[in-house]
Amino acid sequence: MERIPILKMGPFLLVTIQVDLYDRLALTLENDLINMVSKTEAKGVLIDISAVSIVDSFMGRILGNIASMSKIMDATTVVVGMQPAVAITLVELGLTLSGVHTALDVEQGMELLRDKIGQLDKDEEGLYDSFI
Amino acid sequence: MIVLSKEKLPIQREQDVVLFRNRIKELATKIGMSLVNQTKLITAASELVRNMLRYGGGGITHLEIVSRNSIPGVRLIFVDEGPGIKDVTLAMKDGYSTGKSLGLGLPGAKRLVNEFDIKSESGKGTTVTIIRWKNGL
Repeated sequence: MERIPILKMGPFLLVTIQVDLYDRLALTLENDLINMVSKTEAKGVLIDISAVSIVDSFMGRILGNIASMSKIMDATTVVVGMQPAVAITLVELGLTLSGVHTALDVEQGMELLRDKIGQLDKDEEGLYDSFI
Repeated sequence: MIVLSKEKLPIQREQDVVLFRNRIKELATKIGMSLVNQTKLITAASELVRNMLRYGGGGITHLEIVSRNSIPGVRLIFVDEGPGIKDVTLAMKDGYSTGKSLGLGLPGAKRLVNEFDIKSESGKGTTVTIIRWKNGL
């Protein structure tokens, strides 16, 4: 069966969608990603959709699902590289992807994830300080 | 309205959808439709073809290049022989779904095209026709 590869890079998982998605492929990705988050204890998930020319309500929902599920598993999801035409279409369709972090490209997405993790570390330090 | 070209594509499995979307892109590119308009048309088609597979058990799609007042456009017709939609008015409402979806499919698809027509008869099936003109109006 066709699958979208998930790469582990430090505390993050990287997914680059290079093929046209159909429903079952998107569902498999959702499933695989959540399992990987659990297995690798990843703190962040970065999904690059720069090669995706169509995001309809179903795929939009999958992206939202991945973000909510990873959040419950203590990981942040960033969707990067959305084509302008896709963004225009999504909003007109009525899907705003609320709850999903976005960035313009992979680099900025990684930065956003690093910031989030940095914040976590600081919070923990702060907590530790207050104990002493 | 003049029909400049027409073809049929049966949709029976999810994988057929990818081929269908690619073919629409080819037609839209042929008449010089802008990328944004193409994306809107293909997204609308993607919603409708999913409905056809999920609720109508698959069906036939007709892809046509049409022309009105010498402005070209792409017309897509989705024909299934499924159970039909009981209440079309309700199905066209945002957020309404009999399945577990967001209920954006039909109303969303309508917003993304220039012309939208739906005919459904209980027990006989559903036919949806959409047009997106090259100039987007």
